Amino acid sequence: MSIIIDNDTKLVVSGLTGREGSFHGLRNRDYGTQLVAGVTPGKGGQDVEGTPVFNTIAESVDEAGANTSMIFVPAKFAAAAINEAIDSGVETVIAITEGIPVMDMLPTYWKAREKGVRLIGPNCPGVLSPGKANVGIIPAQFFDQGRIGVVSKSGTLTYQIGNELKQAGEGNSTIVGIGGDPIVGSDFIDILTLFEADDETDMIVMVGEIGGDAEEKAAEFIAAEISKPVVAYIAGFTAPPGKQMGHAGAIISGSSGTAQAKQEALEAKGVRVGESPTEAAQIAVEILGSL
Amino acid sequence: MDLLEYQGKELFARHGLPVPKGVHASTVDAAVTASETLGYPVAVKAQVLIGGRGKAGGIKIAQDSTEAHEYAGEIIGMDIVGPHGEGPFKVHELWVEAGSEIESEFYASVILDRSAKKLMVMLSRMGGMDVEAIAASDPEALVKQHVDPITGLGEDEARQIAARAKIPEQVAGEVANVLVQLVEVAQAEDATLIEVNPLIVNSDGEVILLDAKVTIDGNSLYRHPELEELPESADQDPQEAMARERGLTYVSLDGNIGILGNGAGLCMSTLDVVAQAGGRPANFLDAGGGSKAEAIIDALEVITSNPEVSAILFNIFGGITRCDEVARGIIEATGKIGLELPLVVRLDGTNSEEGLALLAEAGLSNLHHEATMLGAARKVVELAGN
Ligand SMILES: Nc1ncnc2c1ncn2[C@@H]1O[C@H](COP(=O)(O)OP(=O)(O)O)[C@@H](O)[C@H]1O
Ligand SMILES: [Mg+2]
Repeated sequence: MSIIIDNDTKLVVSGLTGREGSFHGLRNRDYGTQLVAGVTPGKGGQDVEGTPVFNTIAESVDEAGANTSMIFVPAKFAAAAINEAIDSGVETVIAITEGIPVMDMLPTYWKAREKGVRLIGPNCPGVLSPGKANVGIIPAQFFDQGRIGVVSKSGTLTYQIGNELKQAGEGNSTIVGIGGDPIVGSDFIDILTLFEADDETDMIVMVGEIGGDAEEKAAEFIAAEISKPVVAYIAGFTAPPGKQMGHAGAIISGSSGTAQAKQEALEAKGVRVGESPTEAAQIAVEILGSL
Repeated sequence: MDLLEYQGKELFARHGLPVPKGVHASTVDAAVTASETLGYPVAVKAQVLIGGRGKAGGIKIAQDSTEAHEYAGEIIGMDIVGPHGEGPFKVHELWVEAGSEIESEFYASVILDRSAKKLMVMLSRMGGMDVEAIAASDPEALVKQHVDPITGLGEDEARQIAARAKIPEQVAGEVANVLVQLVEVAQAEDATLIEVNPLIVNSDGEVILLDAKVTIDGNSLYRHPELEELPESADQDPQEAMARERGLTYVSLDGNIGILGNGAGLCMSTLDVVAQAGGRPANFLDAGGGSKAEAIIDALEVITSNPEVSAILFNIFGGITRCDEVARGIIEATGKIGLELPLVVRLDGTNSEEGLALLAEAGLSNLHHEATMLGAARKVVELAGN
């Protein structure tokens, strides 16, 4: 089954005519994802290497049957593009764009919730269901198909862990980058819920980092609702308070959002936390072997 | 981006909120001249990016020019340590403002509540002290309310907040207005934090915003040119300033091992692993997708401008970034800047074999290759010494 994207995903890319959008959109198509449309206002009727371009996302839904939208639009216009996608009739919106102002994301977050549209990101590497579909910028060569679900705030850290799992002979049902912004469409809890219900996922690796309390809330949720084993890794133990560590959301404010607090919250609920990405991957392999 | 108090107050004033009249000064003479113009008493206030300045001696009320001279002289050049041990921050600038006769001190703030995905307003009639202290001593006295993301904060709702916080009747309407306006300022100016502590009532019964702590979302600066152009605080870390000019994501730390990684998460993880191996990272630097020689030269120049650095770790997991390009960048950059410090390189991911072959061919004597992140961390710790 996998989660969020699979063989039935029909992808429309907002920004397909741009440099980044076309590079990654076409890579996703080469991987086997059904890329059915691109959207750029004013460029309707053109095509990008055979993929038709529409003026609006709604047209791509009506005319090309798109059900999943990827947003590759510059930050200034990205929230508007996400809003357009939410109204267009697609089920899922995956926003890759980095640098969207948080005041733009607040109403957009609530709009997606209200309309029941799944929003992933922004500021995320996308979603990969190995062997089925790839939407975003995750390099698929580092992941094999398998039974471990991965949910992560960070891109490169996910590649690191995925690659270690692959070298150990394990693979993934789906890899979900939820993004490193303070406000993202889907949190750990949303994705854990999907993995729990997915019959191709036997266990879950969760990769968090400093800032906010999504990991702490996930710890509570895992204890109450998740029956599958979860292994975690948290980055940022050496981060000083008040400094933004690359991601807009990766900041310790006062004494809240520390890696220490997140690790303690997870361990208190019986979730094993790896000291390094390598150790997290090793624990995952060990647990999977014992299932 | 954090604003200094006076920058926050100027922002408030632009939105019509009541703040004391004041003048910015960076010398004792300028502070005295400002005091004379404003008329006594004046508050002479250290401008540093930390609260608790009053307790630390960075805020003094001067009654005449002798005092203004004396206090300005004391405060400029002073080191201020924050309530949680932050800093020390050296005082380079002052804000001299009209002194208020304070009848009561309240606390008001608007923050982005990441957990609830909403703005949250907080109000207390116990101002002047740390909000954490208010929350600890009398949690009931700190009223919190989320703001509807679509409709904002209505006047009636703000009135109710003021009533719940037991703000005296005579000023409750004015305080409620301030709350409504602070939410509007947060939305209009992309502020993820606005804290006014204290919000005072003076002896004439006027409500005045006496302090300002404002954080602006860095991602929004393109639509706030007036904020983007604000002078940088003079007490900036030299490497952070240099990195900002070059568009690098860099944070100074106090160790001796220079770090360069790609991707924020991997880079944070690299710091942690180095610390676990017994080392002390000198910085966080996310090279992102920047694998080109120029980007690596820029990064290495920033890292090596810190005299503490005695060894450097490159931790790259190439995804879209290709390791052969990174290797070319490293070779060109080390040649160009004549880098002699030990350099430990871990290159994994896309085209790593080609990249490693290039590095081997170049035969740089100060370059050490390690296959894993943990191995690289141990190696760089060994090479860096203490
Ligand atoms: N303009 C002023 N007039 C009179 N008193 C002031 C003035 N500005 C500050 N103060 C006093 O100094 C205290 C601390 O000032 P504040 O600006 O809140 O700095 P901090 O929070 O960094 O200590 C205030 O609570 C108030 O009592
Ligand atoms: Mg104060």
